[in-house]
Amino acid sequence: MYGVGILKGMAVTLKHFVDTYLDDIYWSSRGGRYYNDKAFEVRQSLKGKGVKTVFYPEEKLPMPERFRFVPFLVTDDPPPGQNWGKDWCTSCGICAKVCPPQCIWIERGKLPNGRPKPEPVNFYIDIDICMNCGFCMEFCPFDAIKLDHDYELADYDRTTAHLFDKERLSKPISYWREIAPQKAAAEEAARTFAEQSKKKKKAKRGAEGEQEPAPTLNDEYARQLMYRGASY
Amino acid sequence: MSEMTLDAPEDEGAVTVNDNPVESAIARLKERFPDAVSDDPRDGYEGVIVDADKLIEVSEALRDDLGFEYLSSVTGVDLIDDGKLEVVYHVYNIEEGGSAVVMKAQTDRDNASLPSLVSVWPGADFQEREVWDMYGVHFEGHPDLRRILLWDGFKGHPLRKDWQEPFFEEEHKPFGSRWPGGSVARIEDSNPFGKNVQYPEGWLPTGDEYDVEIDMYPHEPAHREDESTRMVTDKVTVNMGPQHPSTHGVFRMVVELDGETVVSLKPVMGYLHRNHEKIGERNTFIQNIPYTDRLDYLSSMGNNLGYVLTIEKLLGSEVTERAEWIRILMAELTRIANHLWALGFLINDLGALQTPMLYFYLERELILDFFEAASGARLLCNYMRFGGVAYDLPDKVRETDTMTFLHDLIYENIPNVLDQGENLFVGNEIVRTRSIGVGVLTREDAIAYSAAGPVLRASGVQYDVRRAEPYSYYDKLDFDIPVRYNGDVYDRLLIRMDEMRQSLRILEQVLPHLKETEGMPVIGGKPQYAIRMPKAGEAYGRVENPKGELGYYVTAKRRDANPQRYHVRAPSFINLTALGKMCEGHKVADVVVILGSIDIVLGEVDR
Amino acid sequence: MTSQTDPSAGSDITVPDELQNNVVITNIAKVLDPVYNWGRRNSVWPMVFGLACCAIEMICTAASRYDLARFGMEVFRATPRQSDLMIISGTVTKKMVPTIVRLYNQMPEPRYVMSMGACASGGGPFKEGYNVVDGIDKFLPVDVYVPGCPPTPQALINGLIALQEKIGQQSIATVPWYSKQGDEFTGAVPIPVLGPDLVDLRQIDIIREEAAKAETNDTAVEETAESAMPEAA
Repeated sequence: MYGVGILKGMAVTLKHFVDTYLDDIYWSSRGGRYYNDKAFEVRQSLKGKGVKTVFYPEEKLPMPERFRFVPFLVTDDPPPGQNWGKDWCTSCGICAKVCPPQCIWIERGKLPNGRPKPEPVNFYIDIDICMNCGFCMEFCPFDAIKLDHDYELADYDRTTAHLFDKERLSKPISYWREIAPQKAAAEEAARTFAEQSKKKKKAKRGAEGEQEPAPTLNDEYARQLMYRGASY
Repeated sequence: MSEMTLDAPEDEGAVTVNDNPVESAIARLKERFPDAVSDDPRDGYEGVIVDADKLIEVSEALRDDLGFEYLSSVTGVDLIDDGKLEVVYHVYNIEEGGSAVVMKAQTDRDNASLPSLVSVWPGADFQEREVWDMYGVHFEGHPDLRRILLWDGFKGHPLRKDWQEPFFEEEHKPFGSRWPGGSVARIEDSNPFGKNVQYPEGWLPTGDEYDVEIDMYPHEPAHREDESTRMVTDKVTVNMGPQHPSTHGVFRMVVELDGETVVSLKPVMGYLHRNHEKIGERNTFIQNIPYTDRLDYLSSMGNNLGYVLTIEKLLGSEVTERAEWIRILMAELTRIANHLWALGFLINDLGALQTPMLYFYLERELILDFFEAASGARLLCNYMRFGGVAYDLPDKVRETDTMTFLHDLIYENIPNVLDQGENLFVGNEIVRTRSIGVGVLTREDAIAYSAAGPVLRASGVQYDVRRAEPYSYYDKLDFDIPVRYNGDVYDRLLIRMDEMRQSLRILEQVLPHLKETEGMPVIGGKPQYAIRMPKAGEAYGRVENPKGELGYYVTAKRRDANPQRYHVRAPSFINLTALGKMCEGHKVADVVVILGSIDIVLGEVDR
Repeated sequence: MTSQTDPSAGSDITVPDELQNNVVITNIAKVLDPVYNWGRRNSVWPMVFGLACCAIEMICTAASRYDLARFGMEVFRATPRQSDLMIISGTVTKKMVPTIVRLYNQMPEPRYVMSMGACASGGGPFKEGYNVVDGIDKFLPVDVYVPGCPPTPQALINGLIALQEKIGQQSIATVPWYSKQGDEFTGAVPIPVLGPDLVDLRQIDIIREEAAKAETNDTAVEETAESAMPEAA
């Protein structure tokens, strides 16, 4: 019969309309439907019905651990009385080489004798070029560059503000542990594993050579493989 | 006698079925044109080199006598070392499936000219224009050889290897200035204009510059006299786009109208031409993966998959079992997400403003949530790697265990939204009136115009790359290729519903495998950032993306870290070739609907 | 009894003692500004104008999960004549930029431009491309930049809130669109044209200079600064 199809469609809309109010009634005795953590979680899950709106900025969706936004540099937690901890970055340049749009500039440090020093003097990321692909994080052998979860970066000027320098990029490791606890823990486990196996190797060889050798790339690949397989 | 080598055994033996038709076709071509057709002598290259003079005859023979009637891809290549330009044609057999007959035609770089194949395959139209635009190969006999992605008057043919853009830094990435010196500089500061521009030496504006506004309008009005009333009328040219709510982005159509009826329609594109291929030839192999996200940005997982498959062909790398299942999971979820979007927009174009669209997007958001948890980004996932995928599946998605989440999504939420969609519009009288019999593309036209994906299948051609030339583990899965026969907007709408149902069927089969392979590695070999090609060669990889056949043509030299040629066969772009044909004779309001039913994404059209 | 005279309003007005309780002397803008800004801030109508990937996130933001209607921005207008905000959502190409500038000129004032994502702000990953404009702010005045590639819907809303804050700080007395001289359309940007490359008509003098330089270079010894700039083949 002509018109049945239209009525069916309208029934769908009506159902959505009614669902909204049923949900309101259900949550009214349970602390309210909006601005309520419990209700928010249900609303955003697969079981959500009716209104599914995220009331940003009052409610914010939790970001998954792997969420990628603009990169930041990991440093040690600053020792008491100081603003900055030690950089983890050794200015090996892998991130700058792998970066697809080439938005990373690293100025490598120099020792007095002219040899390269494993520490960046300057580290710039042009976030107007960065494509948030995460390759720098993925291929960094020192876990020194991570992608941030802070997406609230809107501003009124870009010429100065959008070229992030080392100071703007550096964040302490405790911040990374906070935003990605499982991932940070897995990385830490992998680092200790790599260190231990290196110590073993060293012990085998007779424990000589330089005091603190830089981790070799092969170890790092082994470590990366290990934590990729782990389901964090 | 004629097709004797093609009668492959009815039952299994996929390899022999896939290989034989191509080889026998090539053998017969060589037999028939002994002087004009010869094997490609280069190491790692396949197919035949055809003399430019005989190109049309060979193509006709291939199409009419050998059953290779579907021209998939036309690619220009700059062989700067030999002083030549090459055009590569990939031609497929629709009935038999299998791989392509690759034809190549070469011409001098300085005075590049080849015969146009538009008379044989109308689907070559836009692709030949693209080759003209990018390489400057003049196609003799092309009906409308203008630039397509850039504008007339642009200086140079940018994909030629010796053409350099204003922001040229170095031939290949990574650039030396980034490390270890690292003196940061915005590239525009070194340009005298402070912008991404360059002009020929001594050039001054003349006032005759290209005007986007009026470029396509006919200069003289076409008068027409109505026979019965003796009334003289003019045809009206209407411009739609590039900013138009119905064009799904920055697409432009110049429509010539007689009253309200479309006389002719010309698509104008290039408003989102982001130089994907030029940048891609500068990138290292792995650097291209995130760029492919931005082709068809509604189905980035599918784009990733096509690209890594192509490079894996060249590298010869192995993919782990779990990675294959995860890839299929992602590809099919992408298909559903894309079709939900496409249908939402199509219904929106039909006049059901917003409501069905909003309902569909709610479910799509759930899929995006899963992508975000798995890969880190909602839209541009950058998830596939050579030999596997970047990460294993996450533990939890939105506070739910991943497998439970997927199970509920596949068995409850998506089926529910499909049922809801059926109630919303499948039987809806207004939708039926607006879409049945509108924008008909016949079977013959669909093949001739190189249409792909849902557009091709809605016209009665049961052709799907997942079956015709299976990749990943699709040959192990049980699913049907939906096909509809009317070729109108309504069928293109329904076929997307059918495809989503089939995707669900695939996903239901994938889930147990995901459980089985839990804990297994998701990438084979070391993850490497500096991959060098073990051997020279070319590869054409294709996948059935939601919009149609997405192909990548990549050539590389031995020990190179960058592709020599990197071309994308974009389904949206080639499907648009048939748009003019579909719209002829319909009302101007239908144009919007017909365009919506093709489901284009401008990132892919213009690249 | 305190005088309610606003010092900023000019203190040369003396109020008779008997009226001290009844009169407030203030800057009219101070009274009107909050009302004026409140109205504009909460009814910013964006233009339906999607360029690339970011447009998808923009549409998602307008859809029911993030729901721009909460900010009075759900009325996406298809015509520039009815819109207040142009969200440049994606890569701006040279072929497109004349259209964008024309659309901007067609928008009635007050008008705002938001640059969404890396591409619109500075060219993004496609910056090196030959057909890409390295930042829409080379052509249009941009009010808010939203970084990200693409910005998530929440990041976009964050940018829209930043825009609202910016609108909230404007004063009716100083906004440019009421301080025009005569009927001069101060905000209009000359529409770029497409020659052998994109031509910004405001740069015509530099183009002449460069052309002259090239000419002298031809006759004279060699080019100097030009060598950094590759020439088209």
